[in-house]
Amino acid sequence: MGFARVIHPHTLPLLADTRANPIATPSLFLGSTRTLRHTLTHTRSISSAQRRSVVAAKVSDVKLKPTTNLLVTKEEGLEVYEDMILGRVFEDMCAQMYYRGKMFGFVHLYNGQEAVSSGFIKLLKKEDSVVSTYRDHVHALSKGVPARAVMSELFGKTTGCCRGQGGSMHMFSAEHNVLGGFAFIGEGIPVATGAAFTSKYKREVLKEADCDHVTLAFFGDGTANNGQFFECLNMAALWKLPIIFVVENNLWAIGMSHLRATSDPEIWKKGPAFGMPGVHVDGMDVLKVREVAKEAIGRARRGEGPTLVECETYRFRGHSLADPDELRDPDEKARYAARDPITQFKKYLIENKLASEAELKAIEKKIDEVVEDSVEFADESPAPSRSQLLENVFADPRGFGIGPDGRYRCEDPKFTEGTAQV
Amino acid sequence: MASIFQGVGAATSLSSSTSIETKKFHFCSRRSPSERKACFVVVRSGGVMVDGGLNRIGGRAEQLVTNAVAAKADTPAAATASKPGHELLLFEALREGLEEEMERDARVCVMGEDVGHYGGSYKVTRGLAQKYGDLRVLDTPIAENSFTGMGIGAAMMGLRPIIEGMNMGFLLLAFNQISNNCGMLHYTSGGQFKIPVVIRGPGGVGRQLGAEHSQRLESYFQSIPGIQMVACSTPYNAKGLMKAAIRSDNPVILFEHVLLYNLKERIPDEEYVLNLEEAEMVRPGEHVTILTYSRMRYHVMQAAKTLVNKGYDPEVIDIRSLKPFDLYTIGNSIKKTHRVLIVEECMRTGGIGASLTAAITENFHDYLDAPIVCLSSQDVPTPYAGTLEEWTVVQPPQIVAAVEQLCR
Repeated sequence: MGFARVIHPHTLPLLADTRANPIATPSLFLGSTRTLRHTLTHTRSISSAQRRSVVAAKVSDVKLKPTTNLLVTKEEGLEVYEDMILGRVFEDMCAQMYYRGKMFGFVHLYNGQEAVSSGFIKLLKKEDSVVSTYRDHVHALSKGVPARAVMSELFGKTTGCCRGQGGSMHMFSAEHNVLGGFAFIGEGIPVATGAAFTSKYKREVLKEADCDHVTLAFFGDGTANNGQFFECLNMAALWKLPIIFVVENNLWAIGMSHLRATSDPEIWKKGPAFGMPGVHVDGMDVLKVREVAKEAIGRARRGEGPTLVECETYRFRGHSLADPDELRDPDEKARYAARDPITQFKKYLIENKLASEAELKAIEKKIDEVVEDSVEFADESPAPSRSQLLENVFADPRGFGIGPDGRYRCEDPKFTEGTAQV
Repeated sequence: MASIFQGVGAATSLSSSTSIETKKFHFCSRRSPSERKACFVVVRSGGVMVDGGLNRIGGRAEQLVTNAVAAKADTPAAATASKPGHELLLFEALREGLEEEMERDARVCVMGEDVGHYGGSYKVTRGLAQKYGDLRVLDTPIAENSFTGMGIGAAMMGLRPIIEGMNMGFLLLAFNQISNNCGMLHYTSGGQFKIPVVIRGPGGVGRQLGAEHSQRLESYFQSIPGIQMVACSTPYNAKGLMKAAIRSDNPVILFEHVLLYNLKERIPDEEYVLNLEEAEMVRPGEHVTILTYSRMRYHVMQAAKTLVNKGYDPEVIDIRSLKPFDLYTIGNSIKKTHRVLIVEECMRTGGIGASLTAAITENFHDYLDAPIVCLSSQDVPTPYAGTLEEWTVVQPPQIVAAVEQLCR
């Protein structure tokens, strides 16, 4: 019942087409000597323009794209470009700030994967939800959380999006429907499934007829071996939940190569096993990602159910700022650096006359200022006071109970100041 | 599956107990302004009202005027004529509370294994799927961690799910979600998202169910910050706590007991909601404070009969709120009796009793005339054999012996 198909009529060809892009030979993609076998079966005729770029098991009867010259308008292109630049500059600044002792703990940077975040999230409405992992700064930024709020959170200041209580791995925003930020891999996927469940519930039980909110769950290749992933694939397909499972396959889970951890490394195949389409896409190409995303989000909005999208991508930095990143082959890193999504997209915009160098430079300058400003803001913001310690433990603070004097603890001013004995 | 608890002959004793029926005082909490606005009774304490001025919180008890309740207290003659309220079993009381809340708020939904078409393995959700549909009473696949997480995600987005663990022990598989997400997300999100879930299910030692189906998870969950835990023990408090848990904006774990589902009691017709944080005075007394909860309440009451015959006057408190402890009710009792016996079904190590002992020592050390005695289950995986199982949990003769020792 499931099918896997990728459409990208005019951009760089995919995996199977090794003529134009030698990088996409199977062995190199997998980062090792293991060869990848493709079975190409075309069960329906497709136009020659698309033929060279299809990797499919079975092709559904989804209409193929009409031949337009460009995949984005100038406006869309600039929006996406700005978002990718924001992601890159912000993460670079995080690295700087970390080494200057402004932020601590585990910080996981997104450099190199911007195409996935921008490709997907820029298609969402404000009411749609995004669930991420600990590598969540850029997902939050793409969804619309201000850079100031994210930087402050990283500095542990009270003006952070989570009042300084979450930190790098727990970015939340009720306003922008960013549902986290999770430190343990896989534990965000059920939460995303719940958000999608709520969307369906609102439409069918609460009769909010126009509720078509979708949820994106981002996670990595390591998570695709975790039980919660499979359990949620099952439930999402079973109840046709409006969710898209986006696997950011950057081939490495800290120091564990995807191939050493996975019996069948082609993650997209796991979709059809549960009754949903599984799609593989070049995650270094933002336009390809965007095309697949449009399709998957459209499916979800129409109530047709979930999709599993595997994005082949790469992180240019280590797993976290504490990772010496010694295991990965420098050649592999160089190959992917040559496919930098920002460089590729910039080239596309200029070559297709969607933007001039000057316009793009202006965007870069603007983003530099935004990020600088966010650092200044975070620097100047106050650290949380003692009284903040016990706030937000409970939504209803009566949960702290009744003290020996008969009053609810939360009514004791010393308690809220954080100086009473708990 | 659970038979009526035989020790106390509960089916008869509860419904005829005067202490619960006629002497109930209902008064409004000055700490629950939202509840006061509604036209129902908030019961500050579900048990007997103590003469001799055991003042409730703040010492001011305001009586909310509601028809039958006030009449009951004022006219004892009427009480004997036609008994008000209706009789039901504990699992029916849970269902009644659940159904009332689902009727009241369309965002309240249920999810769990076999809660829908099957009606719940202990029939707590029987009939609800037929009434409210398969989405609102959701039969989940066997994936505790994921459907608990799903409930949490749904709660973050505005629903109020009740997540059932078919047996509490199965929730061990959901520990990741309960600890990390349920307990923590309100805090790590800086208060942006609330998680108003109720996680409920039967636990405790049953009749030869074997080690894995006889677990007491309250001891494992108690350290998780950000959650509340309550344990019900009578149909009356089961319904009241169920409703309170659903209405609470905090994540609440409601512990039911496999052997208590068929307890029968007469409960009020009018709507009532109990306080999650309060303990229940079961039997006032002077000589010793016995703190207990869930099934052990009945072992304690059985021991109490023996003790009364021997001339002792134990005060029995069902702590109900396992996290946080109601230190006011407990403290007032200790200040009166100066002796404490804790009777619990948790294991010796790290159980609720252990935490309670610490809390009492910290707060009421000066009032104690003797060391706190804590009777818990043995640190043993519950054996299958009936004789061994009996020796695993605390039995009434042990309670009697402990009180005699304590009061020497």
